[in-house]
Amino acid sequence: MTRAHYDAIIVGGGHNGLVAAAYLARAGRKVLVLERRELVGGAAVSEQIFPGFTFSVYSYVVSLLRPEIIRDLDLPGHGLHILPLESTVTPMFNGDYLAGWSDHDLSRGELYRHSPRDADAYEEYGRLMHHMAQAVRPILAMLPPDPTSLSPRDLMGMLKFGKHMRGLGAEHFHALHKLMTMSAADFLDEWFETDVLKATKSASGVIGTFLGPRSPGTAYVLLHHYMGEIDGVFRAWGFAKGGTGGVSEAIAGAARGFGAEIRLNAPVAQVIVKNGRATGVALENGDEFEAPVVVSGLDPARSFLQLVEPKELPGEFTAAIRRYKFRGSSGKVNLALSELPNFTCLAGDDSRRTVLREAAWRGAFSISPSLDYVERAYDDAKYGEFSREPYMDIIIPSMIDPGMAPPGQHVMSIFVQYAPYNLTGGWTDARREAFGDAVINAIARFAPNIKSSILHRQVITPADIERVTGLTEGNIFQGELALHQLFFFRPAPAWARYATPLDGYWQCGSGTHPGGGIMGASGRLAALEILRRT
Amino acid sequence: MNDPLIPAPTTPRTQAPYDAVIIGAGLNGLTAAAYLARAGARVVVLERRATIGGSTTTEEFAPGFRADTCRHDAGWISPHLVRELDLEQHGLKLLATGARVVAPGADGGRLAFGAQGPVTESLRHHSPRDAARFPVFAARIAALCGFLEQLYAKPVPSPDASSRADLTTAAQLGLRFRGLGRRNMVELLRALPMSVAELLDDEFESPVLKGALATRGVLHLCQGPRAAATAFNFLHHQVGQHVGAIGASTVPLGGLGSLAQAIADSARAAGAEIRLDSPVARVLVLAGQAVGVVLESGEEIAARRVVSGVSPRHTFLELCDPSRLAPEFVRAVDNVRYRGAWAKVNLALDQLPALSAGDGDTGADSSRVRGIVVAPEMDYLERAYDDAKYGRVSANPWLDARIPTVDDPALAPNGKHVMSIHVQYSPYRLREGAWDSPAREALGDLVMATLERHVPGLTESVLHRQVLTPLDLEQTYALPEGHAYDGEMMLDQALFMRPVPACSHYRSPVPGLYVCGSGAHPGGAIAGGVGANAARAVLADRKG
Amino acid sequence: MLKQTPFHARTAPLCLGQNWRRWAGHFAASSYDLVHEREYHAIRNSAALLDVSPLYKYIVSGPDAARLLDRVVTRDVMAMAPGRVAYTTWCDSAGKVIDDGTVARLDDERFRLTSADPSFRWLHENAHSLRVAIEDVSDSTAALALQGPLARTILEHLIERPLADLGYFRLTTATARGVPVTISRTGFTGDLGYEIFVDAAHALPVWDALIDAGTPYRITPTGMLALDLARIEAGLMLADVDYVSAHKALIPAQTSSPYELNLGWTVKLNKDFFVGRDALAAENESGTAWRFVGINVEWEPLERLYAAVNLPPRLPTVAWRTSVPLYRGADQVGYATSGCWSPLLKQYIALAHLPADHASVGTPVEMEVTVEHHRKRAPARVTSTPFFNPARKRT
Repeated sequence: MTRAHYDAIIVGGGHNGLVAAAYLARAGRKVLVLERRELVGGAAVSEQIFPGFTFSVYSYVVSLLRPEIIRDLDLPGHGLHILPLESTVTPMFNGDYLAGWSDHDLSRGELYRHSPRDADAYEEYGRLMHHMAQAVRPILAMLPPDPTSLSPRDLMGMLKFGKHMRGLGAEHFHALHKLMTMSAADFLDEWFETDVLKATKSASGVIGTFLGPRSPGTAYVLLHHYMGEIDGVFRAWGFAKGGTGGVSEAIAGAARGFGAEIRLNAPVAQVIVKNGRATGVALENGDEFEAPVVVSGLDPARSFLQLVEPKELPGEFTAAIRRYKFRGSSGKVNLALSELPNFTCLAGDDSRRTVLREAAWRGAFSISPSLDYVERAYDDAKYGEFSREPYMDIIIPSMIDPGMAPPGQHVMSIFVQYAPYNLTGGWTDARREAFGDAVINAIARFAPNIKSSILHRQVITPADIERVTGLTEGNIFQGELALHQLFFFRPAPAWARYATPLDGYWQCGSGTHPGGGIMGASGRLAALEILRRT
Repeated sequence: MNDPLIPAPTTPRTQAPYDAVIIGAGLNGLTAAAYLARAGARVVVLERRATIGGSTTTEEFAPGFRADTCRHDAGWISPHLVRELDLEQHGLKLLATGARVVAPGADGGRLAFGAQGPVTESLRHHSPRDAARFPVFAARIAALCGFLEQLYAKPVPSPDASSRADLTTAAQLGLRFRGLGRRNMVELLRALPMSVAELLDDEFESPVLKGALATRGVLHLCQGPRAAATAFNFLHHQVGQHVGAIGASTVPLGGLGSLAQAIADSARAAGAEIRLDSPVARVLVLAGQAVGVVLESGEEIAARRVVSGVSPRHTFLELCDPSRLAPEFVRAVDNVRYRGAWAKVNLALDQLPALSAGDGDTGADSSRVRGIVVAPEMDYLERAYDDAKYGRVSANPWLDARIPTVDDPALAPNGKHVMSIHVQYSPYRLREGAWDSPAREALGDLVMATLERHVPGLTESVLHRQVLTPLDLEQTYALPEGHAYDGEMMLDQALFMRPVPACSHYRSPVPGLYVCGSGAHPGGAIAGGVGANAARAVLADRKG
Repeated sequence: MLKQTPFHARTAPLCLGQNWRRWAGHFAASSYDLVHEREYHAIRNSAALLDVSPLYKYIVSGPDAARLLDRVVTRDVMAMAPGRVAYTTWCDSAGKVIDDGTVARLDDERFRLTSADPSFRWLHENAHSLRVAIEDVSDSTAALALQGPLARTILEHLIERPLADLGYFRLTTATARGVPVTISRTGFTGDLGYEIFVDAAHALPVWDALIDAGTPYRITPTGMLALDLARIEAGLMLADVDYVSAHKALIPAQTSSPYELNLGWTVKLNKDFFVGRDALAAENESGTAWRFVGINVEWEPLERLYAAVNLPPRLPTVAWRTSVPLYRGADQVGYATSGCWSPLLKQYIALAHLPADHASVGTPVEMEVTVEHHRKRAPARVTSTPFFNPARKRT
């Protein structure tokens, strides 16, 4: 039995764990990362599922990877290259489409085709969202204060928070309030009349939630599209060269470069607690490692209900963690294709169409033809079924990074919502394939050649995500992105600052503030807080 | 007591302007009038209809049968209001009722609700675990509602406010918030944006309990129980109530109309005039200042201040000339969501409907059943909402049927009864068809068929049926899109956002024009709450 | 793909250097020749023909059309007779300029608004409860500007009737080779000039007819670079360049009121309600903090700055459109937003924002110039605009 000693042990080699490891190692700490699987990345992994075809198996786009992390850790030096997605095309039932391009004039012209008024509104909307993103950005970078505490640090934190809010001015404060409380559909109704535009935008507002676009609390996710811009990244949505595993590999490379040790195939069984403090971890094989700082990158349920004995944590805390909602609601379908999908809405031989089609293939396709379509997709999930006609966000990574597939062939990454974790009757192989069929049928309505061009198909349900990556209920964000699970509530009131009620035990996953997406902010903030306090 | 059907004598028009003219004799308009008159202001209330009360009215809908024809819940009747306006001296008699409301479950069982919420024995019959948990839940909710009660008693400070009064109120509220204690502070912050389904699923297992309670979370919303922030609506409807009671446990004798009547009498006693059949055509604005109103008859009534108890849309976009208002403000007013999603059916009954008591209910009042809630589980409500979401009437609607004659037999001829049914969801905007007579009758038939399953023989005992569609509610009671509160009670339309930020303190961008309808903070279901707050704002400006 | 104007089939072959820029989502020629000099001189000497189709154009019609526009813009639209055109600004409720453009009263209940930015939604938002129809005719209406001393002569040939009595900022209808056109005596050059509006479907015949009629008078297709020089000489500001629209400003400090843009004359406070009136009345009462002025950079000191490094002055023969600091003494007091070397006046001129107490004509200021990689300050004086104002513009 080995008993190596470290300054800090990170449980889980997901992107946040790796970011935390890199920052701690960069500060001179002796760091060990323990990853259960044979590769790092957690949900951000690239794997050759079929020979010659590489997939970002679970996650698929890099939206909000913090630029300061890219700079601090010199990730490009470790192979990171984020390539922009150029467009979003939404095919419509009437054979038309709505496209959003990275060029302002093109986007305006396209929207103008659907509604002149919306074309005007879109510019004003964009400016408002820019302001909102600016208002939210400092909050993302802020250690959440505990609003119920009277400690000077919390009071200062609340004061700072309050001052920031007041600094927004009445108009922007009210807009932010609306954004945080309204449904995406209602919020967009105040701006636009084009249904397919509202459908596509609001679909991005329901990602990661178990809510429909008409439910309050979905509007604020609309902001994510605008967050990147003000950080000096022109377009918010990007695709990492080599898939999202490329991001994980780059961060792991940086961590190793700073001296961190990363062990694969090393599942942690439990956190070792002595005299009320975490002193190390034990692997499933019995190996033990010691460290005064143990950081869990796993989700709150795994971190606190599985790795630690209940007696080591206050009852109020575990009760709060038990109430924390995961409700995984999305799945993923990965396809190896013999040819590109021919979306009928972009068919045509003239040069304009050809250019359009090429550009569209380099971007995303959103299967959100109408608001009702997305809402109906949710209706199915509400009653425990997967969406018969789901909302999908489709990209073709091989169009951006030709290394992802054999020459002339393609990989297609399909993010699918809704696929409830708690499927009535449970997920079985048959249900998985039925779900996959539903996805393909829904795409075939808009791109009929898809069926004949599939070489391989991988269908991933929330149950699969949970089984393989360990994410509870298959929630890719380590917990629903609902208002009552954000900021000082994430994951539990008074414990939103990466420390936990167990001395020496820390958390750094997406289940902590600010969470969500391949952002890395949780890992970075956690590491900085650990460095400040230990 | 004045008969609401006989118009108050109109005073001859005098040259001196009134201190305030109030548009609409709904509960809030009357309350504002009473407070203003008591403070010595010369006030006139102008009511479009021949009767006061607005949506809080008791009317004879069939010969000899009276019912709360529109809303049958006034929400919280605050003891402050009763005391400050001497409502008991002006004829208000609040009747504490012990009679039951039963909720049939999907499994054929029945859960009984009494004045204090679900009847413990009956709940135990459905789920011993829930029965054990309910008091803890109720205490927690009551604590949170206690805070809301404080929040509702004053104009809500805007978070970006800088005035001394605002900061003082904010500081007081901050202290009250701290006073909740750590646990409840967290609970409140956590609960507001939650769905009522999550709130209840966290606590309870009994489907019928959850179904019945969840109705309080979707009341007057075009949302289902799984929509976020319906927990806020749930809390809102529990303010001043016994947690878990279906409907107020104290009701005004003679129907809700007698509450309006008492407030009106209180206002008149203090010198206020109330003019019926006096629809206001527009607000008179001179040099940017509201200086009175013009009636549809052409009569001009001059006043130093105009206080509007009607909806923000009607006030600013119809009574005012929107082409003289800032476009940003017009846009905000235009964006207020109403989306009325309910209808009302009133029945004159030959006999008391045969409603059996709740399972396990052995209390003294167990056989006195005054209502039935058809919302057997949360999925039932959710599916009912799904229809409305796509512009259809719920195939299986949530019904909240009350028999006021159980406690107040005088509302019907001897031995006869009245049933008043809140129907949800019945959306104002139909995707197909319109709210015409066939649609109205189809809705009535649907309600009867739904109820008949739980109240056998009901249809046969109906002597008269009145069906009010959302369009009827709009046309008769001036409820915008049929919405009972002049605007959905959602977080984005609550507090400092209600009705729009530019008039959340009751003053509007038109100097001299105020809002006092339930479209303003604290909203509907708080009887006279807006009127009282608005009167304070008017009085503060009068001094200043 | 970028949009092509209705004249593209004619302008594209003329654009020798493929020197295009974007204007409101369209291809617009920066210059047709390889240098823009000849085009500039056509504006001041003969006649320049500019494709101004990318302008946003709206037809507002109906019984309340005048009321809507009167509510939106700062000029008094109710008082405009049919056949009149007015240059105007329009503001938000804070009295800050959203855009500037022209309002033309085509008849009693029919107006055309031209603007630099899209205005469809703003018009709609202001039309609540008004009986108006708002039609975006930006794409369906083609527009040409014929500017220069010979513009009238050419047009008279084209429409075969005299135009001498068409006054400044007046419009008339006519037919050009059978095509109905609207001609307004307006322009963006500060010279004698006209703008011609025609249905996009008939754009090309009108272009051809103009070229035919104008060739004997050396009519010259002209691009944006030449126009930029002319408009600076004329003291005409450009949205997005000289001021930031209130709808685009990221912070309040970026916005300007009409008074601050030297456009107080367009604000008619004595008319009925209009958007921003309260704020503008208050500003009119309390005084304006900023002014928009002309700046004339003094030649000799500038020459000396360059002489110090043994260079002749480098002059901006293409107008610049950046923010350039202006100093008085040690402090930066303001900034210039457009500037150029005027080929006609032989002066280095600029348009600038200065605080009111530094803005009276004759005030000496210094403008930042970069002389051989080093920042210097060139003495300059506040002047009145237009820098160039020929009598033929109005008579």
